[in-house]
Amino acid sequence: MSKMEIRLAGSGGQGVILATIILAEAAIIAGKNTAQSQSYGPEARGGMCKAEVIVSDEKIGFTKVTNPTFLLALTQVSLDKYAATIDENCILMADSSLEIPRGVKAKKIYSLPILATAKNEVGKAFTANIVAVAAINEALKLVNTHDLEEAVFRHIPKGTEEINRKALYAGEKLAKSI
Amino acid sequence: MKNRVLMQGNEAVVEGAIKAGMRFFAGYPITPSTEIAEQSAVRLPQVGGHFIQMEDEIGSMAAVIGASAVGTKSMTATSGPGFSLKQENIGYACMTEIPCVIVDVQRSGPSTGLPTSPSQGDVMQARWGTHGDHSIIAISPSSVEECYHLAIRCFNLAEKYRTPVIFLMDEIVGHLREGIEIDDDENIEIVERKLKQRPDTLHLPYHVCEGDDVPRFHLTGYDIRYNITGLSHGPDGFPTNNNEVAGKLVTRLMQKIEHNVDDIVQVEEKYCDDADTIIVCYGGTTRCVMSAVEQLRAKGRKVGYFRPITVWPFPEKQLAALSKKVKNIIVAEHNYGQILLEVQRIVKNCKIGFVGKVDGTVIMPDEIIKAVEEVK
Repeated sequence: MSKMEIRLAGSGGQGVILATIILAEAAIIAGKNTAQSQSYGPEARGGMCKAEVIVSDEKIGFTKVTNPTFLLALTQVSLDKYAATIDENCILMADSSLEIPRGVKAKKIYSLPILATAKNEVGKAFTANIVAVAAINEALKLVNTHDLEEAVFRHIPKGTEEINRKALYAGEKLAKSI
Repeated sequence: MKNRVLMQGNEAVVEGAIKAGMRFFAGYPITPSTEIAEQSAVRLPQVGGHFIQMEDEIGSMAAVIGASAVGTKSMTATSGPGFSLKQENIGYACMTEIPCVIVDVQRSGPSTGLPTSPSQGDVMQARWGTHGDHSIIAISPSSVEECYHLAIRCFNLAEKYRTPVIFLMDEIVGHLREGIEIDDDENIEIVERKLKQRPDTLHLPYHVCEGDDVPRFHLTGYDIRYNITGLSHGPDGFPTNNNEVAGKLVTRLMQKIEHNVDDIVQVEEKYCDDADTIIVCYGGTTRCVMSAVEQLRAKGRKVGYFRPITVWPFPEKQLAALSKKVKNIIVAEHNYGQILLEVQRIVKNCKIGFVGKVDGTVIMPDEIIKAVEEVK
């Protein structure tokens, strides 16, 4: 792995910022360099939200994603907006409830039921970001499962370990199915 | 021992400040600086310090000055709109020579502007935001690691020169998360303000000892009662209309900083030795420039960058020397051209270009590359 430029896009409240923080934390645990940032509006919930994490073996200069190698979209607006910014070097992962825009160029396109899995299989819709984190990690082989779990546990409220572990497992399974 | 952790720039500031000895924080939360207040509220009670959320920015700046006057290293944090409100009391801290650190995590303005978007529009406000002739120190970090180490430096300079120090951050660095090695190294230099030793000067709060640039401090509110005022004052601290005393005071306030620029000013230069084109940048913009310069070097272009780490006083001597060796200087900053004015003032013999941004988005490496290719 030389440099992964990962962008997550969704709606405020879906936890996409936390998802990138967890991926950055996992990268640190695994001894890699990372830069995590986000862009959002003043609203607490509902506005479009973009979060980014760069993972690299080298020192990171510019901290924002310029050539995404991975894009996850959890809402239609964010998918439509950011799918237009990717090319054949980028893996696109979108929730299966969304319609992939026509003509989108990507290395691979994965349409996965991330939101439905969180709601139905894990049992809590708010775990969608953790399901996504595990799916991304599985698709990109960023860090081992143990490091990822450690990263998640550093950023969740005490007492929610079990449900988050369940979400991680479900996300990993989702990505393994592709 | 070094321990590598993931940390946000705003959080690293608090860790650095605590390492420097900060034990009091007063503030009024504002995006994108809020995490500094949040983290101070968590961390200060753990180290025996105090956090207070005041009624507004004016009150928090006043509280910081009061806490420092009784000997507690103190800090506040804000963004553009709050920075404006703090200016009156920053001037009071300049005049009364009360050490303190003011963090300004810049966002797009003017006014409440774009609260969550980056900017570097407060550079001149940091220099001249408070009225009257005064000098000031402002330091601008470009990484999470620097948020930690330079926060310590802000406190050290504030104590040493008895002055407010502005930690001029921006949203890019404040909200950035990176790996950082927190150093619990005992060798990190921590400066404490010099206290008055001579009993005959204890009642003269602004008496300057021979060989000193600043008056030594006698902590307020303990044994000896003395006066602190924003009015012109002599060594005894009481107001005076004496023009000679007033002139001497303002001159000393200027000179204690301007005469010590070699101690205060820090710069970073990269690839400048053989460069024909130099990009001048600071703060979060540096990260974009670093990337652009690496890409240009890979294409064989002789490009480097010059970064004032200390933005105020501006590294005039260093830039003037560098400008004699290069043909082109491009200033990159997230505003309409503020440090550009300094560069135009100092640089006499180079072509000067500018890449600025005021729409709340971040300058991209491609924009720097394009500007460099255009000046050729």
